[in-house]
Amino acid sequence: MSNPQIEIQLIAAIVAMACAIPGVFLVLRKMALISDAISHSILPGIVIGFFITQDLNSPLLILLAALTGVITVVMVEFIQKTGLVKEDTAIGLVFPVLFSIGVILIAKNANDVHLDVDAVLLGELAFAPFDRMMVGGADWGPKSLWVMGSILFITVSLLILFFKELKVTTFDAGLSSVLGIPPVVMHYGLMSVSSVTVVGAFDAVGAILVVALMIAPAATAYLLTEDLKKMIGLSVLFGVFSAIAGYWVANFLDASISGSIATTLGVIFLIVYLFAPKKGLISVLYRQKQQRIEVSLITFLLHLNRHEEESERHIDHLQEHINWQAVRARTVLDLAEKNNLVEIKNDVVSLTEKGLAFTEKSLEYIISNKDEKIEPMKEDFFLFRG
Amino acid sequence: MQEYFNLLWTDYTLRTITLGTAVLGAICGMLGSFAVLRKQSLLGDAISHAALPGIALAFLITGAKDSGILLLGALVSGLIGTFWIRGITSKTHLKSDTALGLILSIFFGFGMLLLTFIQKQPNANQAGLDKYLFGQAATLVESDVRLMIIVTGISLFVMLLFWKEFKILLFDADYTKTLGFNTKFIDVLITFLIVLAIVLGLQTVGVVLMSAILLAPAAAARQWTNNLGTMVLFSALIGAFSGVFGTAISASQNNLSTGPVIVLVAGVLVLFSFIFSHKRGLLFREIRFRKNRTNLKLMKTLQFMYGIAQEHENISHPHAIRILNNFQGFTKGSLKKLENEGWIVIEGHQWAMTPKGYKQAKEMYNQKPMNE
Repeated sequence: MSNPQIEIQLIAAIVAMACAIPGVFLVLRKMALISDAISHSILPGIVIGFFITQDLNSPLLILLAALTGVITVVMVEFIQKTGLVKEDTAIGLVFPVLFSIGVILIAKNANDVHLDVDAVLLGELAFAPFDRMMVGGADWGPKSLWVMGSILFITVSLLILFFKELKVTTFDAGLSSVLGIPPVVMHYGLMSVSSVTVVGAFDAVGAILVVALMIAPAATAYLLTEDLKKMIGLSVLFGVFSAIAGYWVANFLDASISGSIATTLGVIFLIVYLFAPKKGLISVLYRQKQQRIEVSLITFLLHLNRHEEESERHIDHLQEHINWQAVRARTVLDLAEKNNLVEIKNDVVSLTEKGLAFTEKSLEYIISNKDEKIEPMKEDFFLFRG
Repeated sequence: MQEYFNLLWTDYTLRTITLGTAVLGAICGMLGSFAVLRKQSLLGDAISHAALPGIALAFLITGAKDSGILLLGALVSGLIGTFWIRGITSKTHLKSDTALGLILSIFFGFGMLLLTFIQKQPNANQAGLDKYLFGQAATLVESDVRLMIIVTGISLFVMLLFWKEFKILLFDADYTKTLGFNTKFIDVLITFLIVLAIVLGLQTVGVVLMSAILLAPAAAARQWTNNLGTMVLFSALIGAFSGVFGTAISASQNNLSTGPVIVLVAGVLVLFSFIFSHKRGLLFREIRFRKNRTNLKLMKTLQFMYGIAQEHENISHPHAIRILNNFQGFTKGSLKKLENEGWIVIEGHQWAMTPKGYKQAKEMYNQKPMNE
C-alpha cells in the first residue's frame, strides 16, 4: 500500500465514523431525510463561501455552508408549522429550491469559480490526499484529514458530554422538558452537528453519499440491536468496514470510491435486512407463519372444546367445517398431536387433559380481552412451535 | 417578448424543448397531486435517485444510448427501489424516512459506481449518461417529446378510467377495501404511474431536482382548492406553466440550465400560493386572525359596559368614558366602532348603551360568531 492509499482509507474511515454518530440519532428521531435535505441545500452556502474564501477546505466556508443547513431545517419546520402542506412535502420543497439556487449561482459565475456541481454532489476521495496541509513549509498530511478529524473529535466530545441528554430527548421529549433539558436546544445542536458533518464530508465523499454514510449504518444497526450504545458502536463499525472494503472494491473496479462505499453499505444492509436474527425479513416471515398456524391451532382447540358430539370431532369433518385447506388442517392437527394437546382414537379427535387446560385458559384470556397473555402461556404448554 | 414568440415558431430546438417541458410539467403536476395527498412526497426523490443504476445497467447490457431503452432500465430499477422501500417499512420497525433515505443514497451510490465503471471502459462511448444526473433539456429531441406525449396520454387515460378508485383509495383506504375493490392493485397502479412520470423527467431535469417538479405544482394547487379534480387540473396547469416559463428564462440567458430554473419558477409559484391563497394562505389567515382579535376585544368592551348598564334602571343612562379606564380594552377606535354598530351612543365624554347594544350583550353567548 502506498502512502496516498493509506491516507484515503484513513479519511474514508474518519468520514464514516463522523457521519455514523449523528446518523444514529437522526434515524431514531425519524429525521433521516433531514440529512438528505441538508446535503443538497448546503450548495448555495458552499458557493457563496467559495466566493469569499476561494478555498473548499476553509473553516469559514464550512461554517457558512453549515449555516445554510441549519436554515434549511428552520425553513422546513416553519412550513410544517403553517400546516399548509404535509411535513414530508415541506422537506421536498425546500431543498430542491436551495439546490437550484446553488446550481444557478455556479453556472452564472462559471468563469470565476473552479467548482462544479458534480464535484459537490459526488465528491472525489481519490483527490483528497493531494490537498496538503502546509504549516511553516512542513507537510502535515492531507487537509481533509485534519478537517474531518476535528469534526469527528467535536462530535465524539459532544456525544460523551451530552449522551444522557441526547438519549432522553430522543426517546421522551416530554420527560426531558420536565427534567429541565430543553429538547429544542438538543434538536438544534444535533442539526448543527449534522450540518457541519455533511459540509465537512461533501468534499471527500459528495453530498448524496454523505446521506448513505449517515443513514445506512444506523439503519443496519437498528435491525440488530435496541440498545443505544450498542447501536452507535455497530454503526461506527459498519461505517468503517464499508469505507475500507469499499475502497478496495473501487480500486479493483477502477470506479468511484464513494459510490463503491455506498454500494458496500447497501450490500451489508441487504444481508442484515434478510438475515437479522429477530428483525430480519426471513425471521419476520417465519414468525408470521408460525403465528398463523398457532392461531389456527387455538381456533381448532376451541372448536373441539365446544363440541361433545363425535360427528363434529371427526378428522374428515375439520376441512369442511372450519373451511381449511387439506395441508393446513394436516399441519394444525400434527402440531396439536405433537404437543400432546389432542389424541386421536378411531379418527375422532379429542382434547387431552393438557389440551383442555390450555384451551380453557386461552378462552378465559380471549373473553377478558387479554389476548397478549396467550403468547407467554404457549411457552409453558408447547413442546414444538408452529 | 415578441421576439421570443417568433423564435418559438422558427427555432426547432426551442420549440421541442418548450413542448417537452410543458408536457413534463403537466404529467408531473397531475400525478404529483396523488403523491402529495398520499404523503408520498419524498418517494419521488427516492425513486428518481433509485433510477440511476437502472440507466447505467441498461447501457452496460445493451450498449444502446437510445433513451427509450435507458428509461426502461430506469423504470425497472425505480420500481425495485419503491418496492424495497415498502418491504422495509412493512416488515421491519424502520420508519419510512429511514427507508427512503437509505434506498435513495444506496441506489444512487451504486449508480455512481456503475457510471464511473462505464467511463473507464475502453470502448464505451458513455457521453450522454451524465445528462441523467442533472438533466439537460437541450438534449431533448422530437422522439423524446413524442414518447412523453404518448406516456402522458396513457396516464391521463388510465387516471380517468380509474378516477373513482383513485379518489376513494386516497381518502379512505379501509372503506375502499370493504367495498370490495382490489386496493393492492389500485395502489400499485398509482405508484407505477408516479414512477413512470419521474423516469420520464430524468433526462430533462435530472435525478436531483425531479422530486421538486413532482411536488411543487401539487403543493401550490392544493392551496387553492379542496376538490381533487380541480386540484389535479390546477396542478397540471401550474406544472406546464413552470415548464414553459422556466424554459423561456433559461433560453434567454447564457449558462442557465433549464432544470434548476423550472424548479425555481415552481418554487416561486408555491411561495405565492402559500401567501396569497384566499382560503388557506398565510396573508389572509393573518388578516382573519387580526379581525377576530379586534372583534373579541370589542365584545369584551361591550360586555363590560353591559355590566355597568345592568346596575341602572334605565339602561340608556349615560356614563363617563373615564370609568372604562379600569378596563384597558377600549380605544377611541373601538368606541367609534361600537357606535357605528348602533350599540352605544357617545355624547362628549359620556357614553350610553342603546337597547340594541343591551340585547346584543345579553345574548352574546348564544350567538354565532360574527364573521361566518
